[in-house]
Amino acid sequence: MIWPAVIIGSLGAYLLKLSGYVIPERVLESQRLRRLTALLPVALLAALVAVQTFSTGTQLQVDARIAGLAAAIVALFLRAPFLVVVIVAAITAAVLRATGLAT
Amino acid sequence: MSFGAIAGASGLDVWQTQALSLGMFTGASQFALVGVLGAGGGALVAVLTALLLGARNSLYALSLRPFLASSASTPWWQLLLRAQITIDESTAMAIRYPEGSRQARHAFWATGIAIFVLWNLGTLIGALGAAALEDPRTLGLDAAVPAGFIALLWPRLRDRSTIALALVSAAVAMALVPFLQPGLPVLSAALVALVAERLLARRAP
Repeated sequence: MIWPAVIIGSLGAYLLKLSGYVIPERVLESQRLRRLTALLPVALLAALVAVQTFSTGTQLQVDARIAGLAAAIVALFLRAPFLVVVIVAAITAAVLRATGLAT
Repeated sequence: MSFGAIAGASGLDVWQTQALSLGMFTGASQFALVGVLGAGGGALVAVLTALLLGARNSLYALSLRPFLASSASTPWWQLLLRAQITIDESTAMAIRYPEGSRQARHAFWATGIAIFVLWNLGTLIGALGAAALEDPRTLGLDAAVPAGFIALLWPRLRDRSTIALALVSAAVAMALVPFLQPGLPVLSAALVALVAERLLARRAP
């Protein structure tokens, strides 16, 4: 089921980009649509952060990922670039696991 | 690089990972797709989440229209290429220049193409690296996933209402984890966004 998701997802994402150039402007110009497309990434990304940190499948689970997230937030406050934030989180979790302090 | 590694850790092979960076080419949607698939979510839910995140590119294209040559007078193949590199970065660079100016067009194409090449190279390196690992957890790659999402979220938390929306969405999704199939709790955040939009609409004149 991975390939269908990759292909349909890519096609859909492309058509969304193209639609902004070819659809008559007034169709996309509603205030409501504008607000919604600004809010959707915030809501979905926040949900992804929570679910990917605190769950495994359908279970809530607390493990080294929380420490990784905390380290990522510190890095963001320090204005670290994207790649640094991700690496800091991974190293934090990896060190905690290697030392047996967290699972 | 981080996308390639995270996609690999989520169970995608190198080809699938690379196909996403070439074809989907919009960071947040790609991370969401592999995140939902990696957590055991269905393909449909994964695609839906990715497309809801990618909907903003459509509005980027709309706001780019006055900056680039008009769609009607542009050769079709150029329009098709232009669409593919319509992302956060190329839009941000282009709209810094006057509408319809050569600099705006130049900034759009230069940024879009440069990021396309770098993003795909990085993906390949990350994916090959992840494929060489036995257990991605020992390197903390599962912790890199939420870190990537919060780094994408961070610059969007501009005021109190967006921070509130983020916190409520996170809480709702987490509360639903034990009751729904993987992937659906994240998608439920779209409903939270719908409610938030209505609330903001009532407040705005």
